[in-house]
Amino acid sequence: MTKKRTGVFVCHCGTNIAATVDVSRLAKEMAGEETVAFSRDYVYMCSDPGQNSVIEAIKENNLDSVVVTCCSPNLHEKTFRDNAARAGISGFTCEIANIREQCSWVHKNRDEATAKAIKISRSAVRRVARNQSLEPIAVPVTRRVMVIGGGIAGIQASLDIANAGLEVVLVEKLATIGGHMLQLSETFPTLDCSQCILSPKMVEVSRHPKITLMTYSEVQEVSGAVGNFRVKILQKPTYVDPEACKLCDECTVVCPVVVPNEHDLGLTSRRAIHIPFAQAIPASYTLDEDSCLGLNPIRCGKCKDVCEAGAINYDMLPKTVVEDVGAIVVATGFDLYPQEKILEYGAGNVEDVLDGLQFERLCSASGATKGHVLRPSDQKEPKDVVFIQCVGSRDPAQHCAYCSKICCMYTAKHARLYKHHVPDGRAYVFYIDIRSGGKGYEEFVQRAMEEDETVYLRGRVSKLYRKDGKVRVLGTDTLTGENVEIDADMVVLALAMQPSKGTEEAAKVLKIGRDKDGFLAEAHPKLKPVESVTGGIYLAGCAQGPKDIPETVSQASAAAAKVIGLLSSDTLNHAPTVARVRRSHCTGCEMCVTACPYKAIRLENGKAVVNEVLCEGCGSCSATCLRAAIEVKNVTQLQVFDMIEACLTV
Amino acid sequence: MSEQQPYEPKIVAFLCKWCSSAGSDLAGVSRIQYPANATPITVPCSGSMSPMYILSAFNKGADGVLVSGCHIGDCHYMEGNFLARRKLHLVKELLQFIGVEENRFRMSWVSAAEGAKYAQVVKDFVEDLRPLGSQEKLKAQRT
Repeated sequence: MTKKRTGVFVCHCGTNIAATVDVSRLAKEMAGEETVAFSRDYVYMCSDPGQNSVIEAIKENNLDSVVVTCCSPNLHEKTFRDNAARAGISGFTCEIANIREQCSWVHKNRDEATAKAIKISRSAVRRVARNQSLEPIAVPVTRRVMVIGGGIAGIQASLDIANAGLEVVLVEKLATIGGHMLQLSETFPTLDCSQCILSPKMVEVSRHPKITLMTYSEVQEVSGAVGNFRVKILQKPTYVDPEACKLCDECTVVCPVVVPNEHDLGLTSRRAIHIPFAQAIPASYTLDEDSCLGLNPIRCGKCKDVCEAGAINYDMLPKTVVEDVGAIVVATGFDLYPQEKILEYGAGNVEDVLDGLQFERLCSASGATKGHVLRPSDQKEPKDVVFIQCVGSRDPAQHCAYCSKICCMYTAKHARLYKHHVPDGRAYVFYIDIRSGGKGYEEFVQRAMEEDETVYLRGRVSKLYRKDGKVRVLGTDTLTGENVEIDADMVVLALAMQPSKGTEEAAKVLKIGRDKDGFLAEAHPKLKPVESVTGGIYLAGCAQGPKDIPETVSQASAAAAKVIGLLSSDTLNHAPTVARVRRSHCTGCEMCVTACPYKAIRLENGKAVVNEVLCEGCGSCSATCLRAAIEVKNVTQLQVFDMIEACLTV
Repeated sequence: MSEQQPYEPKIVAFLCKWCSSAGSDLAGVSRIQYPANATPITVPCSGSMSPMYILSAFNKGADGVLVSGCHIGDCHYMEGNFLARRKLHLVKELLQFIGVEENRFRMSWVSAAEGAKYAQVVKDFVEDLRPLGSQEKLKAQRT
């Protein structure tokens, strides 16, 4: 191999690196390396003049490889590889030495940090000395998309993608799409009816020629990679043929099984055979297998007897469907933090203590009380209602450390809705802070206080319990320093939002990361907010973190735009850093075939052969091979040995 | 009278690209300080760790070797860290067999969200290595 001519470019990152690492010494040390033909430092290497200077240096000094010592490769590896390609050399001969996140930001001692930066940079220089010039591998893509979750985020993403002409498969776990937004009565800050703005979108989804809707279905298995995923979906049987069902509602009249209605959060009941709500999409009934007496005509069979359309079929079986898609949008939403965990507020056992969603159902015209605010215990109009914010949120000691972001606004909305329903009632809000950032939000809260005369008390409620037919609320008003006791007719808890159970399951199946709170992790908190760490998988809505409807819709549209961009061409570039077999060394022992998680290696004429499209370059094969006959390009064993040596040279 | 300076162990830290390297990035972004003894080498996956890398590091004078991957079950490449765990467990036994102190080789599972954990892993490792001093057993005597 002829000796490489490497250029080393040391970035100051303003003072982010230069304050802790002696950058000019680093550049000088690198100049002393055998393969380095050029070395310099510059204040912002990623800036336009910085990048241009790299191009000039490559051309003027006839460089064939580049090491940029700067921030994490997650940030600017692509930038500098593209830049190297612009100068006419392969992007894969450019490596990043991370001396910011892994060095200057975590150490204070200048000598120690400089010494470590030298080791990290030297390690990259030695590695690049054996890098091959590679070109990306073009892979054909499947121009179809799967959206997981049929709430507002999933609906918006599906519509945007389908309207761009791509086929969409929308998978929803429940029997209808709509999600939590459909449970809401009105939305802040305009107080427009949630159902009225969502239902038309749901209908659009069901009628869109490019959207295949799969409700009552769960994603079971995902294989493949960006551009070519294969997804296995389990379609649970609803025991009702939606084509045949006439929505006559005769079946629910005869069904003898009564269970709490999930859509109304248990405030009403439903039968085992039911339609989630009148506007459900798809408009069809579902026989809930868990509560049905047994799908056995001998035991019951009443619904089937009464169904004139013959839509009910007890022999319907679960179906596994396989879909090939190029990208996936995960919009699996949130659950409320369980009231059972809030021991100081009765753990869900105190009557007339509701959660925010239950209160929405009380206010909703389609809800349990047909839009009259009546308390559940005696169906009387409550005159004193206490709303408690931050229940479970901002409580790192016991519950969630984070702010659930929307509770300040929806509590103000609840208070206003309540006052509009019961003008002579009194609404009290206990709060820690009011966080009302957003267009028209602060004004909305002010109107709750001034126009609707909601009493805002700054402080937490320490305890509540049932007393004389009311709920006694003990709290403190920290602004006056006085204890407050309210005998409330009803209490509404603004419970924290947490990632839904479906989000946890989706993360497992898709193998995408979650943050410390369990929400789906974005690839970069600022610059890649809708991408997951895995290529081709995008995030939308509350599965990624608490957010309100406008923000959810924006994020869903952003994810859709990313998907449309990704699938705008017929091929995708696959990283060429894949495994390569040295045929002369291969004995055909098949150890690598077994180790490969992607089934990318097979034996051909007694030697291993790599399918470069399937290979992800993980290196499991190379670690298994006893003869170093299979190695990942640009991360070969010799390169790692050289890097180890560089890390230990003082 | 001045106290004797504590021994500064030289550590090579093999970090998988997707979890532990990203976790160490997060430690950086969060400005969590930890000792500068460990020089990171990012590998695609902990499953790509050949036992030879660990022996080579000791041979070249490392006082400690850290291998850190994604949490079991969370491997970006699905099952690479299972391979790593199995294989590196054997390396640990081999090292003990040939008389290298147990504490000189460490595995950890650090996710991309665990910046503080990565810092702690390095801190603990450095503390545990200090009393052991220089590693001589496998170090090549070079002239």
